[in-house]
Amino acid sequence: MTSNSVEPVLRATGISKFFPGAIALDEVDINLHPGEVHALLGENGAGKSTLIKCLTGVYRRDGGSIFLAGEEINPRDTLHSQSLGIGTVYQEVNLLANLTVAENLFLGRQPTRFGLIDHKRMRRETDEILLGYGLEIDSSQLLSTYSVAVQQVVAIARAVELSGKVLILDEPTASLDRDEVNLLFAVIRELKARGLAIVFITHFLDQVFEISDRATIMRNGRVIETCRIADVTQTDVITMMLGRQLEAVTRERVHGTAGDVLVEFKGYGKRTVIEPFDLEIREGEVVGLAGLLGSGRTETSNLAFGAMAADQGEVRLRGEQVRIGNPREAIALKFALCPEDRKTDGIVGDLSVRENIILALQARSGWLRTLKRAQVQQLAEHYVRALDIRLASLDMPIRLLSGGNQQKVLLARWLATEPDFLILDEPTRGIDVGAHAEIISLIEELRKRGMALLVASSEMEELVAYSTRVVVLRERKQIGELHGAEITADNIVRAIAAEEEAA
Amino acid sequence: MIRSTNLPLFITLMTFVLAYALCASQYPAMLSGRVAANLLTDNAFLGITAVGMTFVILSGGIDLSVGSVIAFTGVFLAVVLRDTGIHPVTAFALVLLITIAFGAAMGSIIHYLEMPPFIVTLAGMFLARGAAYVLSTDSVPITHEFYDVLQGLYWKMPGGGRFRLIGAVMLLTFIVAMIVAHRTRFGKNVYALGGGAGTAQLMGVPMARTTIGIYAVSGGLAGLAGIVFSLYTSAGYSLATVGVELDAIAAVVIGGTLLTGGSGTIAGTFFGILIMGLIQTYIVFDGTLSSWWTKIVIGALLFAFIVLQKGLGWATTARTIPATRFAERS
Amino acid sequence: MFVSSLKRVAPQLLILAIMIGINVIVFPGFLSIEFQNGRLFGNLVDVLNRGAPTALLAIGMTLVIATRGIDLSVGAVIAIAGAVAAKVVVDGHGWHLALLAALSAGIICGIWNGILVAFLRIQPIVATLVLMVAGRGIAQLITEGTILTFLDPGLIQLGAGTIAGIPTPILIWLGLGIVVTAIVRRTALGMLIEAIGINERSSRLAGINSGVLLVLVYLVSGFCAAMAGVIVAADIKGADANNAGLWLELDAILAVVIGGNSLLGGRFSIVASLLGALIIQSVNTVILLSGMPPEFNLVIKALIIIAILVIQSPRVKHMLYLLRASSEPLNREKPATSIEEGRA
Repeated sequence: MTSNSVEPVLRATGISKFFPGAIALDEVDINLHPGEVHALLGENGAGKSTLIKCLTGVYRRDGGSIFLAGEEINPRDTLHSQSLGIGTVYQEVNLLANLTVAENLFLGRQPTRFGLIDHKRMRRETDEILLGYGLEIDSSQLLSTYSVAVQQVVAIARAVELSGKVLILDEPTASLDRDEVNLLFAVIRELKARGLAIVFITHFLDQVFEISDRATIMRNGRVIETCRIADVTQTDVITMMLGRQLEAVTRERVHGTAGDVLVEFKGYGKRTVIEPFDLEIREGEVVGLAGLLGSGRTETSNLAFGAMAADQGEVRLRGEQVRIGNPREAIALKFALCPEDRKTDGIVGDLSVRENIILALQARSGWLRTLKRAQVQQLAEHYVRALDIRLASLDMPIRLLSGGNQQKVLLARWLATEPDFLILDEPTRGIDVGAHAEIISLIEELRKRGMALLVASSEMEELVAYSTRVVVLRERKQIGELHGAEITADNIVRAIAAEEEAA
Repeated sequence: MIRSTNLPLFITLMTFVLAYALCASQYPAMLSGRVAANLLTDNAFLGITAVGMTFVILSGGIDLSVGSVIAFTGVFLAVVLRDTGIHPVTAFALVLLITIAFGAAMGSIIHYLEMPPFIVTLAGMFLARGAAYVLSTDSVPITHEFYDVLQGLYWKMPGGGRFRLIGAVMLLTFIVAMIVAHRTRFGKNVYALGGGAGTAQLMGVPMARTTIGIYAVSGGLAGLAGIVFSLYTSAGYSLATVGVELDAIAAVVIGGTLLTGGSGTIAGTFFGILIMGLIQTYIVFDGTLSSWWTKIVIGALLFAFIVLQKGLGWATTARTIPATRFAERS
Repeated sequence: MFVSSLKRVAPQLLILAIMIGINVIVFPGFLSIEFQNGRLFGNLVDVLNRGAPTALLAIGMTLVIATRGIDLSVGAVIAIAGAVAAKVVVDGHGWHLALLAALSAGIICGIWNGILVAFLRIQPIVATLVLMVAGRGIAQLITEGTILTFLDPGLIQLGAGTIAGIPTPILIWLGLGIVVTAIVRRTALGMLIEAIGINERSSRLAGINSGVLLVLVYLVSGFCAAMAGVIVAADIKGADANNAGLWLELDAILAVVIGGNSLLGGRFSIVASLLGALIIQSVNTVILLSGMPPEFNLVIKALIIIAILVIQSPRVKHMLYLLRASSEPLNREKPATSIEEGRA
């Protein structure tokens, strides 16, 4: 089925993209062959979506050329690339839920008769097209009446109808259950048989191995490897994705005696989000959450903080049962959470750094008990000094700070509330090397002071550096736990990849 | 089974039928052709305005300028017919041109300057009302034989009612609008815009053309409503039709259109207008009830429909048809 | 602190100064203030006095808009509050009770709006539309369709009287403006309201009780509108349910926008909104004093709004920014942007 002798339908060479202060793509090459499913793999920030956006014209690339069927192309935007033959389907279905299935499929090119839309013909053609994907539904119903899987197939059908050469699927299975994934794969196989070149982006490695012919693995804006899936194992792929260049650094064993159990989750979970889990965190202990993206790291953090309400299980704080229905209840219990997505869930962009630092403390004490101006100033100055936050003035809006300094301000916001239990979700994402090291040593220091920490991270080295225990997640389920000397990057990778043993 | 798209329309229809039945059971005279004819005549200008408003709201926007545009149109016609020898038909064409251009200009500002429709049409409301004041602050009567001819056109309905020309204009507007909304690409683009501007753009909907077109339609229909209103009152008055934009918005929402855009029907708006007219007629028939009850009842209906839409929104997100009905691959 | 506040309202002060300058040109006696019969007289005093209802509404509207909302119902609340106050004194009670009843009515209206927005999660423009439509009907229900006139000197004093020679409405809006500004700025309330307007998700995750705060801002808006309603009614010694406060919601929104507050919520300045209200009033005055027919009032007002809005629109702001950036030396340091911002 796969043959590299066939001329690639899409050939991209030397694609580069720079953002202020960062190289997002560094001379990336990729070739897509007709009748082949090509997986694009890498952790967040590896450059996958930037590459896709450069190929489809969402971003203007800073270097490199793209050839489609031998001819050089320069897509201006999504619509243009679509008309050239490159269709894209995203995880959040980019269709209109308020229109019918048929209207979505034909928007902008509806069949007309005497200048009026011919609904009958449109429905008939829709039914024919969807039947080609094995889908037999009432196409005159609103799109929103159908499940995400059906919507996904309609989106694919539209993309294929409009483009027909290359189909890019960006995390199409992220919100599907197993049966739906099977149905989607049937569609992909059908399209493969029709000779389309398909790019498949996902974080579920099982699915990659099930459906893909080849894979390109990216890290830090570079292509690490392009290989035939049949030639590699999951462990190989994970190793390439995560990288282990720091492996030689021996780890200073985190000893110190953990104290009493502070928080205890029992059978805690939420349907369709994360399976019920048991987790206890002691004082003076850092529990690491390891797993690939989409494995349930963020979901576990959010549930523990009440950012998402659990629908089963119980929580005990120092042995007493408590309720965490929303963040305010959690904060009252001296919980704190630094979220993964700083921009939408963390910073309040237009407020000053000073205000961002005291926000949670002020919210907890209520607006009637306003913090004294001198106290605010003292707190802000203290944390700016203690965390070495670089800024021109405490009055500047936080959105003007760099990622690392924003992260430190958020840490300051929560440390100012003097939490007993601190949850950090990807504390080092998107920040520079210097701040990275500072945050890791801060975590260690907080642990020594007797705080209980839960840290979710995709960086193995980091987890190894500060965790006293590591909980491993896979497909929204806890699948294992590593203690003491077991905690090495190798073991974590093995645990994540552990297909058969864990099941 | 009633499809979820048509459920609000169905509820509006049932509300109307129930209300009419209730009215008729109390005052059997309300079943007469005369009442039906008056219902159409008296609400003709509001109905035409509401059609334009339906397009705007379906696209996720709002047009606050329509009441002022109606007043402007009336004053413009009255002053032109008084001071010049222009034939009314030419004046009609002229004023429609002006109001369409006015709407298109607002649409352009909304699209190209990325400003909220609410504020832009608010400025437009002041501008149109101000222009009407500038033309004349007094009520200017319209006396032209052509107006008499138009006003004299009616069809005698069984039961003694007179179905007048302006009622017919409204019905025609509704029919054309239904075809445009449901059977043309422009109409579907309007729905697409209301469903999500970002997605619509990704799917290739021409944003500039559609946005400007929508407000041009609303402006033009407000102009047509102004012509109808001048036929109805035989005068142009700059203080007339204050707050008509609110009545139009209320009719659209009671007609089952989602105020946030993307879902609704022209037919629903028609019944929304009839329900509002019915409330007024009932109050006239009753004689003891005061006119302010109209506003209170309309406000209550508005609230009921907003909450209903909210509930339906929750219900549809909670219940989707899973992908179990895939056919077997052969 | 003071300097930065002054800098914030500088554009509004400038526009106001220009408007007053134009007033002086068309009517040289504009600035003269006389003290006669125990009362201050003068055009400047009139601007402050006539601008009272808009200024009062602007106080509440500023807070509502800071949370990314809007309150369309204030005009109708003016009518309701006026009707309630008139009804109470006509029924033979004192003006204290009338004021209390009117303000309570305003607060109830505000809470209604707040609940729809905060807990039923209905868009503010939609939620407040309900009361905007029904409110005048309710007011008419109270006045029973007539213009309910009254002679109670205490109530009239609130709208047409003076205290120490200064017209009461001026004292009321200045007083309320100072009190509300002091409360939101001396406490953390202002910051929490801004946080909700800028990023409600982050705010809730930081533990801010956004639901209660949202209800609170609509409550304040209802209260301010009720106060304005009492003044409007007292001024004409009667409650006119049809015309009291007509279109004032739009003037109030305009005052807030001219005050440089973004309709997208966030940072706000009540002082700037109050200056915006005075700018609107001085536009009205200049048209009146210039002998221009008053019918031009709306057209000119509309053109001024459009001009101000166009300058404030994101597109034009961006173009102005590019213009300025291109005229500056090339080796200027780039503003610090994080990687995420580049990627987003």
